[in-house]
Amino acid sequence: MGDHHHGPAKGLGRWLFTTNHKDIGTMYLWFSFAMFILGGFFAMVIRAELFQPGMQLVDPAFFNQMTTLHGLVMVFGAIMPSFVGLANWLIPMMIGAPDMALPRMNNWSFWILPPTFLLLASTLFMEGGAPAFGWTFYAPLSTTYAPPSVTFFIFSVHVLGLSSIMGSINIIATVMNMRAPGMTYMKMPLFVWTWLITAFLLVAVMPVLAGAVTMMLMDIHFGTSFFSAAGGGDPVLFQHVFWFFGHPEVYIIILPAFGVVSQIIPAFSRKPLFGYDSMVYATASIAFLSFIVWAHHMYTVGMPIAGELFFMYATMLIAVPTGVKVFNWVSTMWRGALSFETPMLFSLGFLVLFTLGGFTGLMLSIAPSDFQYHDSYFVVAHFHYVMVAGAVFSMTAAVYYWLPKWCGRMYNESMGKTHFWISFIGFNLTFFPQHFVGLAGMPRRIPDYALQFTDFNMMSSVGAFIYGASQILFLYNVIATIVAGKPVSDEKVWDGAEGLEWTLPTPAPYHTFETPPKIDPAHAHS
Amino acid sequence: MTSQTSTEYEKYYVPEKSKLAVCATIGLVLSIYGAASIMNDMTFGDPNETTSSWTIFICGLFFFLATLFSWFRIAIKENIAGMNSAQLKRSYVLGMFWFIFSEVMFFFAFFGALFYVRTLVGPWLAGEGDAGRMNGLLWEGFEFSWPMMQTPQEAVGGAAAQPIANNGSFTSAETSMAFASAHAWYAWLPLWNTIILLTSSFTCHIAHMGILDGNRKKFNLWLGITVALGMIFLVVQAHFGLTMNAGIYGSTFFMLTGFHGFHVLMGMTMLLIQFLRSVRGGHFTADDHFGFEASSWYWHFVDVVWVFLFLFVYIL
Amino acid sequence: MCFEAKRLIKLALGPVLMLMGATVMAAGGEVNQMNMSPGVTEVGKQIFDLHMIILGICTIIGIGVFGVMFYSIIYHRKSKGVTPATFHESTTVEIAWTVIPFLILIGMAVPATSTLLSIYDHDEAEMDILVTGYQWKWKYEYLDEDGENVSFFSNLRTPRSEIYNTEKKGEHYLLEVDEPVVIPENTKVRFLITANDVIHSWWVPELAVKKDAIPGFINEAWTRTSEAGIYRGQCAELCGKDHGFMPIVVNVVSRQEYDEWLGAKQTEAAEIKALMAQTFTMDELMERGKAVYDRNCLACHGANGEGGVGTPIADSAIATGELGGHLDVGINGVPGTAMQAFGGQLNDVDMAAVVTYQRNAFGNNMGDMVQPIDVFNHKKG
Ligand code: HEA
Ligand code: HEA
Ligand code: HEC
Ligand code: CUA
Ligand SMILES: [Cu+2]
Repeated sequence: MGDHHHGPAKGLGRWLFTTNHKDIGTMYLWFSFAMFILGGFFAMVIRAELFQPGMQLVDPAFFNQMTTLHGLVMVFGAIMPSFVGLANWLIPMMIGAPDMALPRMNNWSFWILPPTFLLLASTLFMEGGAPAFGWTFYAPLSTTYAPPSVTFFIFSVHVLGLSSIMGSINIIATVMNMRAPGMTYMKMPLFVWTWLITAFLLVAVMPVLAGAVTMMLMDIHFGTSFFSAAGGGDPVLFQHVFWFFGHPEVYIIILPAFGVVSQIIPAFSRKPLFGYDSMVYATASIAFLSFIVWAHHMYTVGMPIAGELFFMYATMLIAVPTGVKVFNWVSTMWRGALSFETPMLFSLGFLVLFTLGGFTGLMLSIAPSDFQYHDSYFVVAHFHYVMVAGAVFSMTAAVYYWLPKWCGRMYNESMGKTHFWISFIGFNLTFFPQHFVGLAGMPRRIPDYALQFTDFNMMSSVGAFIYGASQILFLYNVIATIVAGKPVSDEKVWDGAEGLEWTLPTPAPYHTFETPPKIDPAHAHS
Repeated sequence: MTSQTSTEYEKYYVPEKSKLAVCATIGLVLSIYGAASIMNDMTFGDPNETTSSWTIFICGLFFFLATLFSWFRIAIKENIAGMNSAQLKRSYVLGMFWFIFSEVMFFFAFFGALFYVRTLVGPWLAGEGDAGRMNGLLWEGFEFSWPMMQTPQEAVGGAAAQPIANNGSFTSAETSMAFASAHAWYAWLPLWNTIILLTSSFTCHIAHMGILDGNRKKFNLWLGITVALGMIFLVVQAHFGLTMNAGIYGSTFFMLTGFHGFHVLMGMTMLLIQFLRSVRGGHFTADDHFGFEASSWYWHFVDVVWVFLFLFVYIL
Repeated sequence: MCFEAKRLIKLALGPVLMLMGATVMAAGGEVNQMNMSPGVTEVGKQIFDLHMIILGICTIIGIGVFGVMFYSIIYHRKSKGVTPATFHESTTVEIAWTVIPFLILIGMAVPATSTLLSIYDHDEAEMDILVTGYQWKWKYEYLDEDGENVSFFSNLRTPRSEIYNTEKKGEHYLLEVDEPVVIPENTKVRFLITANDVIHSWWVPELAVKKDAIPGFINEAWTRTSEAGIYRGQCAELCGKDHGFMPIVVNVVSRQEYDEWLGAKQTEAAEIKALMAQTFTMDELMERGKAVYDRNCLACHGANGEGGVGTPIADSAIATGELGGHLDVGINGVPGTAMQAFGGQLNDVDMAAVVTYQRNAFGNNMGDMVQPIDVFNHKKG
């Protein structure tokens, strides 16, 4: 048995050849942070150009490349992998498993990401430039009218899809098959639940995205006419297929974030999560509904009115299960004993700002009003509220919350709090004014704008740089903690934290739960 | 909620280290890089340059396949060495199941496209329905029927005459692949192919019964027949003619049958490998034959897809 | 109340109140406008009201939810020495907060449905205008029962010098065109919206019309404006490089002014017909050609023919090659690229002029001239 108990191998080989879920989780997390910086850099180019009217830094074609790559890199490179990394680290520890179910495939799911993003980024230097058709790559701008680099883009998307599919199959197999005895489904921590449901969403929709890009590839190179009316196809077909993937995708982004917040709020309220069962059902309902609302991104394409109404009603319904979640979180805090360490601050930031983003989502779902909102900065504001203040804030909270467990050292609390407050202010300064310019008629994806939008855009750009700069603090804090943080040896780290991962020694050993722990059947879920 | 039978928690085998993932990555990335370069040169570049793209593509693909091959070899060896607990085997089962599910969703995208263009877009282009009633201004003279034998472009008199920018020529379909005459049904290849594929699913099942009985001879025989039927199917399928640029009819037809054919090829290869393992290596026992089982699920899946294809692409 | 909590309250609620307050200053196209404008149509007002209702309901719910949350934050904190409660479910409240939001949503769906129905009421229009999106300009065609259609292109008028900051930006920077679309007030006008190349979207906030222009399909939208005036909008679907530079200007005028304008347009069309039979001098062609080039070709081929999205014209093989080939590219475009067929966009006079210009400007100095008749003959084949 000997060779199972030694620690990690030395050198680069440890990372290249590893099958350990913690190593792979770590790589995912660092990779996603690198992508966050890259995507953030693109965003800074966007905001710098939009600081004032007129073209000053980049030309319009390059601006479009920035917008496109910013969206793609953030969604596929930063957010998704970051939550996969979290899942890798935490799911085995939370359900009492020795590792992920399929460790070698796990490593492969990770390693195909970096070269693929390298390939995607390298399109910037190709003839004709990088993809410039938005992260939603609507045909025919992305087919007949696309730069040659689109072919590389298409294959990159195929590979990203492959990575996500394998990653989620792994998570499904782990959750369904590797739970410790007594860890029934309704005892699993909510983070595990939200990821299980997310993984189902991923295996269901990533192949559809692959289908969409495959049709593009055929239209571009092999003479088919899926997206061309001249041959009997329809450009709008692309949008249907894309959003059949794309809408569930946004819940793929947010559900694990819900899971994180559902772990952290009870911990710092020192009170069990309110309405565990309804949280699970609400998550499942959101996932189900996400399959039948896709065309709310397409209210203006000229759908028949029946379609318009159906998609409007279905979309509005999502407010109900999401509301259940929000109310449950607030009730968890109600009459708890709250304290406000950094993870809690970010979770509260999430709660407030995500809900605001949800409200604007509901406004967008009202089809007739969406005729005015659509493709304006109001939409940009909506989705940054749910994706940055939603997903990114909760991810940040997760890092602060579990970092001491991972590396056995405590981060600097006052620096963490400073990071929160600067982020919170910077974020709102960036994206709140975008509601105004959007409502006043500023379209999105434009490199230059009419003069009446100047002031709010300046605010927005200043805010963006503040928010961006505050991430340096975060990076510094994390690195400083890993190299020289104050050691913690307490298993629990946080007095209110519940769950199997907190029963392990701190820092969590390289191999854990090689024999499954016994779960007390009377013990409630965590 | 079902909770698993938590009796067997033997040690879960976690492979310590493996170069497989990195090798597979290198192979995959090289092959897509090569493929994309090939395609770009097809449209944009100088034809003499394509050789290096082909080299990259072929080397990458070869490396990728070789890695997969040794990956499966290692997994098989581990199993034979008894390292796989019942729990680990369940992970493989789940893995295969959800992989097939993702394949179902891949085909769903193309079937969805087919239904959408057939039931909505076609009539709209012909100026029917509330959403399409003004389209007569653009595609005058276009009449919709399925199979779409004449594209809107041709209906208005070719690419130069069409009302939108020219982005390719979409000719008429030369032949309808649909079931045309009931008199000559016996000469209609898709029907025969359906029979062949359905039979092969059945023979595959008999092979499974064979191995469950511990009857290797029966297993080998019926599995061999299954593989042979798969090959016949592919050969027959390769005979169908219709050009891809024959408008949306050709596009959907090709995409569906083409990808299906590719999946048959994969499934057949998988079954062939299992066949060779059994014949040459004596692998599989009555209670341990996951490699075969997984391939057979895949085969049944391919079969079911074909039934839908036959129904929606050929018959209706 | 601790300092942090106060700050949190201000930060979280401040913006919401700001947005509510902003409604007071709602009006179209104003500097630092913060809210949607109700516009000048019946439908626009309905949409605006709907927008305000939903915003109001959300604000109230938000105040409730955040109110409870901040109450906990202030009074249920560990530092106050409270002992946490242990309750963790209540079927009654959970059902209540599932059912009540559902009912609220039904309340929202009712006005939303009726507004949507009026937006979709395309029938009984008094006139039709075919709007076609091109990379990166709009074409308007007034469909006439007698087939005497008036049609023209509408291009961005803001000069490059303003865009590239060498000159002071004018009042309607980026929102001005060379030829606005003109419609009569108090008339139900139907827009038939389509595109030639990629998807565009025709959006004029004050008219509350936004409809995608999809190549190969025709979408419908309509408006009836109660106030004469100039209303500005922009393309609202990413359509490539100059997506940000294809504005829309709608000039709503009295019925009488409209009739006069249309009459003038028809005369102009007749004059162009007459011009087609003329022969021009080199100078005339070059002058007209430069204007046409700057308006139609510059975006892709560059101010000095240096190229960009399109290939360079300076020293280009085609522009310095055989004339027929050059005319062919201009008239029929290059299939599968951004180079459109301009044969249907430019009249023969303009086409002759721009080809002449390309062959003689940017150092090409071919010295040959193209006359409208040459274009006409080339088109005939
Ligand atoms: C994390 C990602 C995420 C999340 C969670 C959401 C959540 C929602 N989104 Fe959003 N959305 C995006 C990411 C996301 N969105 C992105 C990226 C785009 C743009 C894509 C692009 O074009 O590039 C987009 C665009 C988008 C559009 C298209 C806009 C347009 O282009 O015209 C619409 C329209 O319906 C919409 C609706 C919604 C709704 C109804 C929700 C709901 O889930 C919100 C539900 C939440 C609440 C309502 C708040 C909490 C509830 C309560 C407190 C209960 C009580 C409330 C009521 C009864 C009102 N979104
Ligand atoms: C989860 C996804 C995600 C995230 C996190 C972000 C983060 C940010 N985004 Fe967004 N964005 C999208 C997803 C996301 N975005 C999508 C999908 C689109 C649509 C694309 C399309 O239209 O196709 C979009 C579009 C979009 C636009 C509209 C572009 C347009 O329509 O033309 C803008 C404009 O302001 C913007 C801004 C920002 C900013 C300022 C941030 C900031 O939060 C980023 C902050 C991060 C950093 C800056 C990096 C880390 C910083 C450091 C390590 C320090 C060094 C930096 C400094 C010193 C400044 N984004
Ligand atoms: C939307 C962008 C766009 C606009 C506007 C445009 N072109 Fe082009 N043009 C292109 C592209 C792209 C090519 C390259 C086509 C190819 O790949 O062969 C091109 C090529 C050409 C060529 C051939 C040059 C060569 O030697 O390769 C000529 C001549 C030309 N255009 C003329 C015109 C004229 C005249 C106009 C205006 C009336 C115009 N173009 C407007 C995009 C444009
Ligand atoms: Cu036209 Cu955007
Ligand atoms: Cu959506």
